[in-house]
Amino acid sequence: MFGLNKQDTTLLIVVAILALFAPFILNPFPEGSAMAQFNAGYPDLMQRFVIFGIFAIGFNILFGLTGYLSFGHAAFLGVGSYAAIWMMKLLTMNVIPAIIISVIVAGLISFLVGWISLRRSGIYFSILTLAFAMMMYQLAYSDLFGQLFGGVLTGGETGLQPKVSDPRILDAALAEGATPKAHLFGLEMGASHKMNVGAWSFTFNAGYYIAAAAMLAAFYLSIRIFRSPFGMMLRSVKSNQHRLNYTGLNPKPYTLAAFVISGMYAGLAGGLLVAMDTQVGAERMFWTASGEVVIMTILGGAGTLIGPVLGSGLLKYMENILSKINKSVLESWFSFMPDGLSDFFIAITNLFVGKQWHITTGVIFMLVIIFVPGGLVELGKRIGARFSRKKEPNNTDGSAKAEPAE
Amino acid sequence: MDAIILQILNGLDKGSAYALIALGLTLIFGTLGVVNFAHGALFMIGAFCAVTLNKILTLSHTVIDPTKTDFLGNPAKIQVPYVYDIFGESAGASIIDWSVPLAIFFAIPVMIAIGFIMERGLIKHFYKRPHADQILVTFGLAIVLQEVIKYYYGANPIPTPAPAAFKGSFDFGAMLGFDPNVIIYPYWRLVYFCFAALIIGAVFAFLQFTTFGMVVRAGMADRETVGLLGIDIDKRFTIMFGLAAAVAGLAGVMYGPINAPNYHMGMDFLVLSFVVVVVGGMGSLPGAVAAGFLLGILESFASMREVIAFIPGINQVIIYLVAIIILLTRPRGLMGRKGVMED
Repeated sequence: MFGLNKQDTTLLIVVAILALFAPFILNPFPEGSAMAQFNAGYPDLMQRFVIFGIFAIGFNILFGLTGYLSFGHAAFLGVGSYAAIWMMKLLTMNVIPAIIISVIVAGLISFLVGWISLRRSGIYFSILTLAFAMMMYQLAYSDLFGQLFGGVLTGGETGLQPKVSDPRILDAALAEGATPKAHLFGLEMGASHKMNVGAWSFTFNAGYYIAAAAMLAAFYLSIRIFRSPFGMMLRSVKSNQHRLNYTGLNPKPYTLAAFVISGMYAGLAGGLLVAMDTQVGAERMFWTASGEVVIMTILGGAGTLIGPVLGSGLLKYMENILSKINKSVLESWFSFMPDGLSDFFIAITNLFVGKQWHITTGVIFMLVIIFVPGGLVELGKRIGARFSRKKEPNNTDGSAKAEPAE
Repeated sequence: MDAIILQILNGLDKGSAYALIALGLTLIFGTLGVVNFAHGALFMIGAFCAVTLNKILTLSHTVIDPTKTDFLGNPAKIQVPYVYDIFGESAGASIIDWSVPLAIFFAIPVMIAIGFIMERGLIKHFYKRPHADQILVTFGLAIVLQEVIKYYYGANPIPTPAPAAFKGSFDFGAMLGFDPNVIIYPYWRLVYFCFAALIIGAVFAFLQFTTFGMVVRAGMADRETVGLLGIDIDKRFTIMFGLAAAVAGLAGVMYGPINAPNYHMGMDFLVLSFVVVVVGGMGSLPGAVAAGFLLGILESFASMREVIAFIPGINQVIIYLVAIIILLTRPRGLMGRKGVMED
């Protein structure tokens, strides 16, 4: 189906079903129960799951296939966001032009950056992309171009958001005091439908489903790239670039294409972020944001199809859920223990939750790099292999014993 | 002329910090072949060594001072640091005053221990892994260290004042025969620069003039041959890692009075230090030091009022811009060796 083999089609369908029923799957605990705080089925978080999924899928096309470790991809996400918000300020609050322009602008900028950075490889490539991204962050944060030409381009520290007074040439003028809301042909991104089933409450959000549709399209495209001759070419860059050169092939156009594609994915993610939450600031371009997408991709499994989606979901889930667990929650958890013991456990676990959730992600990330460099996907495979291996020797033993008897 | 001297002086202290961190990074890279993204965190831990020592020294207990009374007429309670009890009041006060320089002696063993643990516990297992894995695992370690410091010390910068003798500034211009009050330079920045120069000199002398340093240099050039000669080069490289950690830590200890230590100072310096290392040439120690001072001074020139009026915001991007230009025109950096990180 869709030019995919059976295995890939199954994968795509599984992801589609997960995305479609995410409001149910992520809300397993009834409303008002003690575990309700671990529900992740609210629109804001679900949107971020899929949007950062797109970002990581795109990053994986570059890092997973070619092995070029870029430390500056958040810059393209930021550029896409700024482009989208300008579309919303100048043209219309409809998200379609905003998303299209964010992809195009991010593609152009990543072409420029990639064209220069890809002249070097290895650590130099990482530093070059890092330098470019930090430069772009500083330009956005100080609004250099805006200052140069006496206007506003990035809004500096305050960032940008659509205002009532903006000249949206395609839209009807808004009433004074109304807030401009992003919409898709009239369907507002914030529109949600609540469904109550018994004690459970599920929220279906328009913005989430639009972002999820974009994620599925992005995922499908990445499967096609992985399975194409072009994807094969990128893998050969990773395994041995010298040999590729000796065969008379120039890998640069391929790596540059991969760089631009992943930049466009980042732009799409940036545009969607603006579509869901109509504001943008420079902090999403900071290099730690680039580091975050690296973590997501590795956590899930670089070079695998499903890995980046899993990784971004896991990281965003941990970010939101762990940061909610504070000391009083811990006290209620450990209240069954004797006083001294519970204090001890609270002190230990408190280091990993609440505001300190970064420690947990850092530790998990390190453990993954040290023990399972292939991420969650490899972990799953290893566990699967262990179980199937346990069965196989039993079978062969059985048959080996049976043979002499015959 | 005076403006130029002023900018050079202003660039020196930041340049010293860049040079010290870049020196450590290059040492680790040259000896162990590891790209250490956690080096900025070591710098930050150094700065927090000074904070910790200051906290330990100012640990105090309450005593009742019968000579004074509070507004209710009761005897006043005052906090007396334990140091006063041990060394007497005047000596105790000056010990607390000099806590930042004293922290050097506190930081050296701490940083060397941290360096040893890091190398033996984590980085040892990554020699055979690709550079990308080394970058990633040390990046993860940097996040963890930074957040642990944030947990214990809070997110706000903690002021660590310089000793009273070094507070204030002096008129450097008057000494050189310029008009007075043109070139004013804080004492502590001069101290920092001299300290950095001392450490850099010491590291180079150690590598150049001791047998240990000679073996390490030989190991940097050809690790395998040194190993075949029956020298336990891994052990020496571990010691070099501890040394590099100590250099970064000392840079951090003394930087406290210039910029109050906060938990993300390491990450801020790390990115720039990597740029410095790459500009100087990966694996070249003199290159790292030269590029550190060069970029520090360049940055301070770019933040002159005249330059900013001409190109606003240039002070924030100049280092990256220079790095990009140098990497594209001189791929090995200013003093890079052939064959280092070229595959």
